[in-house]
Amino acid sequence: MEYILGIFELSAINLVAVLGLSILTGFTGLFSFGHAGFMAIGAYVGAIVTARLHLPFVAAILAAGLVAGIISIGIGRLTLKLKGDYFCIATMGFGEAIRLILNNWAWVGGARGWESIPQFKGISVSLPFIVAIISVILVWNMVNSRQGRNMVAVREEELAAQMAGINVMRTKMMALVTSAVLAGIAGALMANFVGFIAPKTFNMTKSTELTIIVIFGGIGSISGSVLGALLLTALPEIFRAFSDWRLVFYGLAVIVIMVGRPQGLLGGMELTPAGLRKAAAANKAKAALLAESRAMEKRGEI
Amino acid sequence: MSAILELNGLTKQFGGLIAVNDVSLAVPEGGIFGLIGPNGAGKTTIFNLITGVYKVSKGTIMFQGRPITNLEPYQIADSGVTRTFQNIRLFKNLTVFENVFTACHTSAHYSVAEALFRLPRFAREEKAIRAKATELLTIMGLQDRLDVTANNLPYGLQRRLEITRALALDPKLLLLDEPAAGMNPDETNDLMRLIGEVRDKFHLSVLVIEHHMDLIMGICEQVHVLNFGCTLASGTAESIADDPKVVEAYLGGEGKKSC
Repeated sequence: MEYILGIFELSAINLVAVLGLSILTGFTGLFSFGHAGFMAIGAYVGAIVTARLHLPFVAAILAAGLVAGIISIGIGRLTLKLKGDYFCIATMGFGEAIRLILNNWAWVGGARGWESIPQFKGISVSLPFIVAIISVILVWNMVNSRQGRNMVAVREEELAAQMAGINVMRTKMMALVTSAVLAGIAGALMANFVGFIAPKTFNMTKSTELTIIVIFGGIGSISGSVLGALLLTALPEIFRAFSDWRLVFYGLAVIVIMVGRPQGLLGGMELTPAGLRKAAAANKAKAALLAESRAMEKRGEI
Repeated sequence: MSAILELNGLTKQFGGLIAVNDVSLAVPEGGIFGLIGPNGAGKTTIFNLITGVYKVSKGTIMFQGRPITNLEPYQIADSGVTRTFQNIRLFKNLTVFENVFTACHTSAHYSVAEALFRLPRFAREEKAIRAKATELLTIMGLQDRLDVTANNLPYGLQRRLEITRALALDPKLLLLDEPAAGMNPDETNDLMRLIGEVRDKFHLSVLVIEHHMDLIMGICEQVHVLNFGCTLASGTAESIADDPKVVEAYLGGEGKKSC
């Protein structure tokens, strides 16, 4: 039972980080392969706050989000002018740089990692779920506001977004900072959950995993990200009995999605009553348009 | 009639190439002003300079008596200059409604915090801009296509949607870059009517780049002709049509006519 709960807890923690990345990649169209770096910052800041400063865990979560957010502003200033793949590579460099700094910093354990971080088991069992639910609500509110729509506009057509009076730099910065804050919080939760952190926990594989979940769940869909985080965190655990084969199943699941549904499980749509209505309306409108042009063709107008 | 937009000695250099050379023109308030010239004359470059996509090398741009030279594109858009593109640039994966709804964002002023916590001002302003987008789309005759993904829209309607999206910012000046490109004569006629209607209904001024001479002759009160980045002629549509220099630029000089 505790094991199952643990899997769900891990899913909830991953979900918090994935939601942030969903804002950045899914809604704003900026691909990052360095978000494990922000998670690492959050994890280590959280550990310093609880283990060294002996402050309560809530302070650790807040500090983790704050520090990750502030660092992302600096990173954004340097990298957000870069286009497409160049931005992607810059974030990859950032993630690796953070890992290497932590590797060589003895005060926080260096490459051996940091053991016996105080774990707040009492309140904290439900804490990841509470944080995940609050994050879902806030992120949902964000993407369904003018700020969120501006992000989508930037993803769709940057030049047109500028001409529509959207401050593209500010919009991208807002997306980056939001994603970094959430990744930082997820890192602090992770440190508390595992009780041990090491730089190699936050390597590029972790960054890639987060990005894969966003794409697997579907670009521009919050419910897709939730589903993706639950499935892709739980899947390797469920198949743990097959030991060596479990990563094959994981890879297979991702490939099946890529081939069968390139837009991701729920690309561009939401699993809510309103979201489903919207998807149905779009389908109907498309069908009507098709019927119309067929009729015109028949009449010989085209 | 005072000028809403004034270009004074506008110059743009790309390295050694002078794309726009010392161009001055004034778009009268409430007018429809045509900008024509052979391919590569620098027409779209002028649009990019006005809207802040390119930085100006020399000269000034005045909009409503205030300089807007080298402001950021979004600041220029906010001040009341919007445009459409030669190759349509819609938010392709969004619906018709969402395209216009997104562009209405300048009419709302709630902050991120107000959005995150769904405070009263958020609900009020969202409702207002939702109504505004619906109204605009109805005026522009797109009310039956609200749920269509922009990508799936027929070409003529995509142009119309792009103009609607530009109108969502409450512009004072609308820049149209070859709005009739790829249209048949019927569609071009519709478009001409539409441009006139939009100008009257929304009380704005229009600066239009076009190759369809019927459209230019049909709706433009004044025309400015460019060739190789320089001003070739400027005046009423009739006077331009008879200008030998303009005829030469378009059809080639006497000696070259044989080819």
